[in-house]
Amino acid sequence: MSARNVGIVYRKELTEAVRDRRTLISTILVPLLLFPVLSVGFGSLAVALVGKAKEETPKVMLRGGEDSPAVVEGLKKLDRIEIVPETPNWKDQIINKEIRAAVEIPAGFQANIAQQKADTVRIFNYEGELKSEFATEKIEKYMKEYRDKVVKERLAAKNLPDTVLKPFDVKQENVAPPEKVSGAAFGGIIGYMVILLCMTGAMYPAMDLTAGEKERGTMETILSSPISRMHLVLGKFFLILTAALGTAALSVLSMGVSFSVLSHYTGRTAGGRAAGASFLLKLGPKTVISVFLMALPVAVLFSATLMTIALFAKTYKEAQSYLTPMTFVVIIPAIAAMLPGVELTPKLSIIPILNVSLLCKELVAGTYHWNYIAVIFASTCVYAAAALFIAIKMFQRESVLFRS
Amino acid sequence: MIEARGLSKRFQDKKRGEIRAVDNVSFTCQPGKIYGLLGANGAGKTTTLRMLATILEPTDGTAIVCGHDIVEQPEKVRANVGFLSTATALYRRLTAQEFVEYFGRLNGLDEATLKKRVDDIFKRLDMNGFRDRRCDKLSTGMMQKTSIARTLVHDPPVMIFDEPTNGLDIMTARTITSFIRECRNNGKTVIFSTHIMSEVEKLCDTIGIIQSGKLLVEGSLAELRDKYAEHDLEEIFVKVVTPLFAPEEAN
Repeated sequence: MSARNVGIVYRKELTEAVRDRRTLISTILVPLLLFPVLSVGFGSLAVALVGKAKEETPKVMLRGGEDSPAVVEGLKKLDRIEIVPETPNWKDQIINKEIRAAVEIPAGFQANIAQQKADTVRIFNYEGELKSEFATEKIEKYMKEYRDKVVKERLAAKNLPDTVLKPFDVKQENVAPPEKVSGAAFGGIIGYMVILLCMTGAMYPAMDLTAGEKERGTMETILSSPISRMHLVLGKFFLILTAALGTAALSVLSMGVSFSVLSHYTGRTAGGRAAGASFLLKLGPKTVISVFLMALPVAVLFSATLMTIALFAKTYKEAQSYLTPMTFVVIIPAIAAMLPGVELTPKLSIIPILNVSLLCKELVAGTYHWNYIAVIFASTCVYAAAALFIAIKMFQRESVLFRS
Repeated sequence: MIEARGLSKRFQDKKRGEIRAVDNVSFTCQPGKIYGLLGANGAGKTTTLRMLATILEPTDGTAIVCGHDIVEQPEKVRANVGFLSTATALYRRLTAQEFVEYFGRLNGLDEATLKKRVDDIFKRLDMNGFRDRRCDKLSTGMMQKTSIARTLVHDPPVMIFDEPTNGLDIMTARTITSFIRECRNNGKTVIFSTHIMSEVEKLCDTIGIIQSGKLLVEGSLAELRDKYAEHDLEEIFVKVVTPLFAPEEAN
C-alpha cells in the first residue's frame, strides 16, 4: 500500500512536471544545449579563430638593419611574414593593430657578430594579442636559429664539436595515455558541470512541489487526503530526484556527444589540428557510467536538501531567494576541485560535493581509486540519507507547512 | 458522526506569545444533519475544522470521526472525510478527470471502482463537457464542481466545509449550498463553517457560535431565537460574541 501511494504521488507529479515549461527547460533543454554550445560552439569558434589567426600573414615592421643585409634578407624570406618599411608611428601602428610587431636590428649588428661582440635584437609587440604573439614567435624563432647558426660557425672555426656548448639534452616525455592527459585537464570541469546541472535540474521541481504547492493552495487539498505525509514527501522526492538525475544523465550524454563531435571536427581542419589537438577528449561508456553513478548520491543529497529548504518558503519567489544562494554553496567546492594541484586526500574525500568533483576528475582521466570511490560513495549516501530524513521530518511539522 | 472532545489548539507567536486558537471545544454532529460553525474571522473556525480533517493536530483534546480518533488514526479519519474549503485549490496542470482520479486512487479505490465512480459523479455534476480540460482553463464554477467531485470520489460519510462559498459569485455559491444540502439528504454528517448568516439560516440543523477559540453557544435556530429573544440571527450572534469581542477590539 505504501509503495502504491508513493507511486501514485510520483506519477501525478511527473504528469504535472512534463506539462511545466520551467521544469522542462531546466531539466531537459539546459543540459542538452549547454555542452554543445560550450564545447562545440565555443570550441569550434576558438579553433576557427586560432586557425584564422595562424593563417594570416602578419605585417612586421623592420627598424634598422641597413648594415646587416644577411639578417634582413633572411627575415624577408620568412614564410607568411610581410616585412614593411619603417615609419615613425610604428608603436601606434602596433597598438592599432595595423602591423602585428616590429623588429629592431641594432646598428652594426652583423659587424658586431663578426667581431664576437654582444648585441641585442628587440621585438616590439602587443602582449596578449594573439596575432601579434604569432608574429613575434616567428621572428623570435628565426633570430634564435640565426644565433644557433652563428654559434655553430664559431665552434667549427675553432674545431670544437657542438657538445661543447650543449653537453646533454633534457627532454620531457609523456607516458600517460591521451585520455588521461585530457582527463586531467578537463575532468574537473566535467565534474563541476554535472554537479551544477544536477542541482539546477532539482531546483525548479523542488520549489514547485513545495513552496509552489503552498502558493497555489493545493497543499491543504493534498493534506486532506488519506495519504501519509511520509508517502507524500517520498513521492515528491522521487520526482525531484528524477529531474536531478535526468538532468545529470542528459548532461553526461550531451557532453559525450559534444566532445565526440568536437574531436571529429578538430581532427579535420588544419587550424583544428594545430590548436584543438590539446583538447581532444574521448569519453568511453565506462567513464560516462562511472560519472553518472557518482552523481546518483549527489542527486539524492541535492533533491532532499533543496526540497527541505524550499518547503520553508510560502511562495515560489521566496523559495527562489532561499535556493539561489545554495548555488554558490555548491559552486565553491566544485570550483575548488578544478584548481590545479587539488587532488583527492582522505580528508577531502569526506567533504561533500568537493569529493565527488575531485573523483569525477580522476574518473574522466581513467583512474579508479576504489578505496576513495567507496569512501566517497558511502559518505555521500550518508549525507543524502540525513537530508532525506530531515525532509520527511519537516513535512510533518505544522509550523513549516502552515508557516504564516 | 463527529464527536469533538475538548479540542484545543495553541500556537506560539513571536510577538503575541501563546495564542489559543481553539480552546476546549466540544460538540457532536449527527449523520443526516448539518452543523454550522458560525464565527467572525479569526474566531477559530478554520483551525477547528482543520483539526477534524487531521490537517492540524490538536494540542489537547481529541475528536472521534466515524469511530476513529483524529490523533491516533488520522489516515483512517481522512479516508472517511471529504474536506472542502476555498483554500483547497486544484492542481492546475491536471485535467478535471485526472485530478478527481488522483484523489480516488489516494483513497485506495481500485481502477474499476474508480472509473465507475468518476463516471457517475461527472454525469451527476454535469462535468462531462470539461472532464479533459486542464484545471487552469476552468471557470470558477467548473473549479468548484471539480473540487466537489474530489470530495465525493471516495463517497465519505463525513463532509467538512470550511467557508466553502467565501469569495464566490452567487451562482457558484448556490452550487455549493445545494451540494451541502444534498449531502445531508444522503445521510452524511456535515459540518461547515461560515460567517454568512443567511447560509446558516438556510442550511443548518444545529448552529455553534465560536469566538476567540471558544464555543460559546449551540442549538437549533429556533432554540437560539428562544434563548436570546431575537428573531434575526445576526442580532443573536452579536449578543453572543460581544462580551468576548469588545475587550479584543479595545486592545
